[in-house]
Amino acid sequence: MMEKQFPLKKLIDHDGNLTDKSYKSKIDESFSKKLYYHMYRIRMFDRKAIRLQRQGRIGTYPPFEGQEASQAGSALALKEDDWMFPTYRDHGAKLVFGADMTDTLLYWNGRIEGCVPPEGRKIFPPAVPIATQLPHAAGAAWAEKLKGTNNAVIVYFGDGATSEGDFHEGINFSSVFKAPVVFFNQNNGYAISVPVARQMNSETIAQKAVAYGIPGIRVDGNDCFAVYFETKKALEYARKGNGPVLIEAVTWRKGAHTTADDPTRYRSDNEGKKFTDPLVRLERFMKKSGFWDEQWLFGIEETVEEEINTSVEEMEHYPKPDVNDLFDHVFARMPDDLMEQKKSYLRYLGGKNDGITHR
Amino acid sequence: MGKNGGVFRATDGLQDQFGEMRVVDTPLSESGIIGTSVGLAVNGFKPVAEIQFLGFIYPAYDQIMTHVSRIRQLSMGHYTVPMVIRAPYGAGVRAPEIHSDSVEAIFMHMPGIKVVCPSTPYDAKGLLIAAVEDPDPVLMLEPMKLYRAGRQEVPMGKYTVEIGKGRKVKEGSDLTLIAWGAMVPVVEGATAMAEDEGISCDIVDLRTLSPVDREMISRSVQKTGRAVIVHEAHAIGGPADHILSVINETSFLYLRAPVEKVAGFDVPVPFFALENHFLPTPDRVLDSILRTVQF
Ligand SMILES: Cc1ncc(C[n+]2csc(CCOP(=O)(O)OP(=O)(O)O)c2C)c(N)n1
Repeated sequence: MMEKQFPLKKLIDHDGNLTDKSYKSKIDESFSKKLYYHMYRIRMFDRKAIRLQRQGRIGTYPPFEGQEASQAGSALALKEDDWMFPTYRDHGAKLVFGADMTDTLLYWNGRIEGCVPPEGRKIFPPAVPIATQLPHAAGAAWAEKLKGTNNAVIVYFGDGATSEGDFHEGINFSSVFKAPVVFFNQNNGYAISVPVARQMNSETIAQKAVAYGIPGIRVDGNDCFAVYFETKKALEYARKGNGPVLIEAVTWRKGAHTTADDPTRYRSDNEGKKFTDPLVRLERFMKKSGFWDEQWLFGIEETVEEEINTSVEEMEHYPKPDVNDLFDHVFARMPDDLMEQKKSYLRYLGGKNDGITHR
Repeated sequence: MGKNGGVFRATDGLQDQFGEMRVVDTPLSESGIIGTSVGLAVNGFKPVAEIQFLGFIYPAYDQIMTHVSRIRQLSMGHYTVPMVIRAPYGAGVRAPEIHSDSVEAIFMHMPGIKVVCPSTPYDAKGLLIAAVEDPDPVLMLEPMKLYRAGRQEVPMGKYTVEIGKGRKVKEGSDLTLIAWGAMVPVVEGATAMAEDEGISCDIVDLRTLSPVDREMISRSVQKTGRAVIVHEAHAIGGPADHILSVINETSFLYLRAPVEKVAGFDVPVPFFALENHFLPTPDRVLDSILRTVQF
């Protein structure tokens, strides 16, 4: 019943046919190529990161393959001055919004430097605890409203996150204060090993919006155009002072929860079959529309490969971690106790700044 | 933790053996897990709740502090919450942010809840069974770094390790080393080096952090006259501060040197690129041992 009330919005079907002709003029060749480029770029990044982890060149890594349309489509809908509050799985969205690729790799290599956004981009460090970022987004959006700007906020979270209190608290606050925030849920089927059906008794996540008196939208999360246009609309609605919107992007995590996880323990390969890969779907659409062009594809393949290789190289040749960073950023002015700890530890190190190993 | 057997496979096969009624995957909500465990416990069940990593227990802090810790007292013993909370904890496995926190002191500070922390497979089994049988709530901290660190034969049958009792790892005469969890192998490493310098160490593995084994601590310190306490938890207000006060109360006049602590610094547990600077190492412990002995 709720699935009827919150129908899955889509613009292209699995075979790549445009299902809503009113969008024909908006989805032209250059826009299609732009989306394909971003989805391809983040997919190649994702696959490279998994290989790096396997080779011990970065730490545990949470892949997002399958969710590229949700991440790229939504991130492209943002304006430069908007805020992004990602989770650990949303580095695809971050990269599309302008995060630095080398920094992103540094983050997954245990380097705090990877949390610092590039100049001019408002990207919060990824939330590792589940759902804690939702109230932050509500607060940042509230601040934009108080400051009288036209900026909006997007916050990402998974299906599992809807079970935490912070999910409720974040949405409730922003709805009461009519803060300009888009709550962008990626319902990718599982929270590690727990399927959505065991996570909640609700048929959809979008329907939860009803409880807060805000719009709830359910969108095909593997349809990059539907995601883009629905997010854009939601952001505009929020910017105009109408308050928050909850978007549920229905998608599928193709890979493991993280590189430390083995999904064969809890789900079968068949389960994801009903989802068409977002890149395949866009490719079909582009071929049908006469937008596909091999020359262009070779071009982006080359550019992306080069960018990724450069980033990996930069990550691996990055200056060694500095032990001062352990102490220096905790407070604006270091308290005496901590100063004492730092001094005595540096004295103990006797000038060796790195390379501490356990015997 | 049911179907998947937990991220560390600590509960592997349990659901197959005992069924989905007893081995339950819950919605993702720590407050919900602990809050419903309270309700189950006061209504005749024995919940053993798993928090995926200790660093994710914070949403349940409210439930533990405001209810788990005081229901017995509040109802003058009419209602009790004989539940167990298990949580992997500690740094040193290159885990992402938050996964490596070591905040046992927060729970030692709470009245009404016991805290145990095994460093060997034998103690893990014995303490878990003791925790399940205990009439009061028990938090069992499982040192992540030790899950795959070693092997030990454990008895097939049921046995318990008494809560509140430490384990003497090694007898020695010059200095007492006090540690638990993943710091036990670290102090053992330091001891081996100290021995090369002719220093004999008494090692106490506390095993229970609340209540601590006052007798084992004071006996050992009264024998050696020196102590170094080692933990990866943050230093200020850390577990060592309570142990120090026990030493102060029971053994002050036996001391031949100030008691030292080697602890995590008072900074958020760093990302893994710097975690080996944060964690006490055998070298750092040795440094304290030498200073104490040469005082
Ligand atoms: C408060 C908290 N509890 C538990 C965890 C461990 N954990 C990490 S990811 C995850 C599943 C999250 O699922 P979902 O919200 O659906 O997002 P997804 O990982 O599928 O993107 C869990 C339980 C955590 N990070 N934070």
